[in-house]
Amino acid sequence: MQLVLEKRAERSNTIALVSPLIAIGLTIVTMTILFAILGKNPFLALHAYFIAPLTDAYSLQEIAVKATPLVMIAIGLSLCYLANAWNIGAEGQFLIGAVAGSWIAVKTQGTDAGAWVLPAMLVLAAAAGALYALIPAICKVKFGASEILTSLMLVYVADLFLDYLVRGPWRDPQGFNFPTTAEFDPVATVPLLIDGGRLHLGSIITLLVVAAAAILLGRTIKGFEIRVVGAAPRAARFGGFNANQLIILTFAVSGALAGLAGIIEVAGPVGHLQPGISPGYGFTAIIVAFLGRLNPLGILIAGLFLALTFIGGEQAQIAMKIPLDVTKVFQGILLFYVLACDSLILYRFKLVSPNRQVASGTH
Amino acid sequence: MRKSVLALAAGLLLAGSVSAASAADKLKVGFIYLGPIGDLGWTYQHDLGRQALVKELGDKIETTYLENVPEGPDAERAIEQLVRAGNKLIFTTSFGYMDPTLKVAKKYPNVHFEHATGYKRDKNMSTYSSKWYQGRYIQGLIAAKMSKSGVLGYIGSFPIPEVVSGINATILAAQTINPTIKVKIIWANTWFDPGKEADAAKALIDQGADVIMQHTDSPAPMQIASERGKLAFGQDSEMIKFGPKTQLTSILDTWGPYYIERVKAELAGTWKSEDTWGGLDSHMFAMAPYTNMPDDVKKIAEDAQAAITAGKLHPFKCPVIGQDGKEIECKGGANLADGQILGMNFYVKGIDDKLPGK
Repeated sequence: MQLVLEKRAERSNTIALVSPLIAIGLTIVTMTILFAILGKNPFLALHAYFIAPLTDAYSLQEIAVKATPLVMIAIGLSLCYLANAWNIGAEGQFLIGAVAGSWIAVKTQGTDAGAWVLPAMLVLAAAAGALYALIPAICKVKFGASEILTSLMLVYVADLFLDYLVRGPWRDPQGFNFPTTAEFDPVATVPLLIDGGRLHLGSIITLLVVAAAAILLGRTIKGFEIRVVGAAPRAARFGGFNANQLIILTFAVSGALAGLAGIIEVAGPVGHLQPGISPGYGFTAIIVAFLGRLNPLGILIAGLFLALTFIGGEQAQIAMKIPLDVTKVFQGILLFYVLACDSLILYRFKLVSPNRQVASGTH
Repeated sequence: MRKSVLALAAGLLLAGSVSAASAADKLKVGFIYLGPIGDLGWTYQHDLGRQALVKELGDKIETTYLENVPEGPDAERAIEQLVRAGNKLIFTTSFGYMDPTLKVAKKYPNVHFEHATGYKRDKNMSTYSSKWYQGRYIQGLIAAKMSKSGVLGYIGSFPIPEVVSGINATILAAQTINPTIKVKIIWANTWFDPGKEADAAKALIDQGADVIMQHTDSPAPMQIASERGKLAFGQDSEMIKFGPKTQLTSILDTWGPYYIERVKAELAGTWKSEDTWGGLDSHMFAMAPYTNMPDDVKKIAEDAQAAITAGKLHPFKCPVIGQDGKEIECKGGANLADGQILGMNFYVKGIDDKLPGK
């Protein structure tokens, strides 16, 4: 007897629903074994990871703060991916958005500019992110250049550009030559929602973005078009949908959201522009987009869940002295199981005897 | 079956909280690390300091650390997590934690913070750092003596004052031995990236450098110098095992005594916000044994070390001539003022390169 993967006649909707749960279940089992091997109490460890952060207001806030940029970027990416356009460079669009928005903050520093500053920063950041994302999109449409490569490579350009600015022209004159701008003025800062906390307006904007994406995909022709172009390009062509136009559109929207996330992070939790403003948000968001099955609500949940593993990982480090590497292993295992379980949506396990295989081969 | 599992889980949770309670009377001391504790450089030395602390005061304190904390939006949360876990004295061990530490310090006035290498302080936030440029000066003397090509290779991390003053001290010392000494500088733009650091070392050797100096944290440059039969200086920690025939000396960050002193002050209730900038005389750092050099060079190094420790020799003795040939204003009497060194933003004459961002 032999175990083989066999393609299903049609996708299994039951599995599609339960596969993330199976994946989480398998992850927990694997981690329990791993914790036991490490000599840590698995119950306490899992408690520190998953339960403890959900039991106090502070950690819940921190989860929301961490998830905010991830979800906002992932929503944009999901539109691209649904339309079969592969934007891998959200990290670069995030940085360019942060730079563009910071430009206003730096130029108006100390001038008592007024309440228009923050809205202008947000708009400019989104516009800059969109324009930056259009470079790979246009290269793809006009010249057939792989958008995966060009968007990825533009990440490093953005990174170095930011680096140049904070080491050179925008450096804080009182900052002893350290590579950072001065702290932004209050009018250039994203307002906090709770006094003494870190939850900021960006989280609300993210929720609005999630809702808008859900309406776009579920209730509008444009949303339908995005999904058809991605799922059935030939049918879309016959239907009169223009795939190239859609690449441009989804890239622009995704770049705008990444840029917006960038300026919100800089004008919010960080408070000034410096190198290293993103611990890889643009790349982690790719995981969030797929973990959330390219569905707005799913992405929201996936973003919160991933944020939970970060916060829980820190608390496990503090409470249980579990090394950070275990958190990374944990995230890796989770992704591995999610992808593995997803293959069961289109495939199923089947036991076959070797004899039958040979027989069928002779037909 | 299920009930017994639940009972077991509950029991374990309770057991956990009981043991946490018994540890509660100990002073909790927290550390935030930039790299992994296994970086064999910067973070490793801070962790050795923490271990020395545990060894000395382990019955009175409990230490916790968070490693690999990026100097971005996550830092503030990591520091606050330590506060919320009950830590009363927290060491944040990299420059980039300055603003996040300050923010958390303002929020928790009853917790004490110690930030390494920064310049912002508060009632409950001290800073501490070392005068590494003193060690760099000694290295400059050795390098000029040992280099046959007259070209030194310098791997910089970021062009911040601490690193720039190190380069200047090196070259000022080297010029006293070989006035035409050259230095090639490569900015790795990272504190810790063995791959990049190794590439930088290779490039420097290809440009004719035969003594490699680094202000990055991994032993990779030492290994490359060793492979190519060149000489090198370690950084932060003892790196001789990566180049037994290569390492001339290394600046060793010895944080243990400082950590012990500050925790003792905290235990005694005498902790105050201070700005500590310790040199060779304060044991904030030390020089690794002088190896792979003839006795006369060793003597020069030891004499310089003794003179600096005794306060008889200052690496930035006036006049200091800038790259443009003009004398730097001498604000500290006979030497450059501490503030001029802490904010150093220029190269001295003889460095044939441009300071990034200038």
